[in-house]
Amino acid sequence: MKNLNDTALYNYVLGLADDALILGQRTSEWCSRGPFLEEDIALSNLALDYIGRARMYYQYAAQIEDKGRSEDDLAYFRDERQYTNLLINELPNFDFGFSIVRQYLIDTHACLYLEQLQQSSDQHLSQIAAKAIKESRYHLKRSETWILQLGQGTVESSERLQNAIDELWGYTPEMFISTPFETQLLATKTAVARESLKEKWTAQVTAHIKASDLQIPEQQWQVVGGRKGDHSEHLGHLLANMQIIQRSYPGLEW
Amino acid sequence: MQHISLVTPEYADRRAIRANSDCPQLWDILDDVFDPELPAVTIWDLGILVNVQALDGNDCKVVVSPTYSGCPAIGVISDDIKIALQHAGFNCVEVQVSLAPAWCTDLISPAGKTAMLQQGIAPPADKVVCPQCQSESVALISQFGSTACKALYRCKSCLEPFDYFKDF
Repeated sequence: MKNLNDTALYNYVLGLADDALILGQRTSEWCSRGPFLEEDIALSNLALDYIGRARMYYQYAAQIEDKGRSEDDLAYFRDERQYTNLLINELPNFDFGFSIVRQYLIDTHACLYLEQLQQSSDQHLSQIAAKAIKESRYHLKRSETWILQLGQGTVESSERLQNAIDELWGYTPEMFISTPFETQLLATKTAVARESLKEKWTAQVTAHIKASDLQIPEQQWQVVGGRKGDHSEHLGHLLANMQIIQRSYPGLEW
Repeated sequence: MQHISLVTPEYADRRAIRANSDCPQLWDILDDVFDPELPAVTIWDLGILVNVQALDGNDCKVVVSPTYSGCPAIGVISDDIKIALQHAGFNCVEVQVSLAPAWCTDLISPAGKTAMLQQGIAPPADKVVCPQCQSESVALISQFGSTACKALYRCKSCLEPFDYFKDF
């Protein structure tokens, strides 16, 4: 890396890559455990989209870093504290309702975020965003429908969704906090100003949650730290599961 | 069998690139490379073959664009391209995966859409039509089908389930 801006860009792209990989890996845990076959397939496809997105970001991060590390090195040979994904992405799946609420909150954010990232002065990032936004819009259609169906479904489905919203709500503020690297990259119009998305996201999510006969909790708490490498207990377990083969047999290929 | 002959501007652009290429024989060789998940549709017809360049001697370079960012087939496709060119006596030094312009269903050729239909897959269109009985009375079963690029539908007239290649 030649200069300070490269360092900022590397860390920024790595954060986006970690977000995508951790959510993709988490979602892939549904494979063969979906509530029914079609949904199992949908969840697996969703996971694939995120892992594909992670690959594009990691490849770019490796290229910026320019130290001969590959996308696989970045994914498999960094420890928990070196991962800088948002905490909401690493939380366990718990039940289907929880996974769907998380996905809905993230999909809504992704559509707004990627729309801005398409305008990035960094051509590579704007190209990735142009590819990813189409997928995220499709994901949002699905998660939006599920929120409506389960929110207005049975007493139990609505209760499970409400519990998930209450549990997840405190993890959402982290999506709207720019890191110092991101702030630095705003000057060159490379990164997205996370704070600027909050109002629109809140309005959109609030309207849909209410239309689904669910409540937005009165927020009195928030958890942050993922971007600094301060994670919940859950990330270590996820990484152990994901990294063990490469760590046991470095360089192994299919 | 309904006939689809609508040429999109996106496909017309691709056809022009191919027609103006200085190595038409390389494009022709790649007409034998099929998408591993849609074995009736070539990578040209599906729109993932972006460009072919002849380099020094027998070397050449191919540019492809994946349908979806997580498409697991792209590795196999790259291998198939290299093998097909090698069999014809060429050495493909690189299969470059390009992101821009992003792949979309408008890049699919009319022949590609016809091939899908013949395989019982409804091609991307404004209206989803049953590939078996051409009924427009269909219902979505799942937004995702056997691969990321397909959704699962059911025909309410002939009651058959079918894959729909998502309009993307």
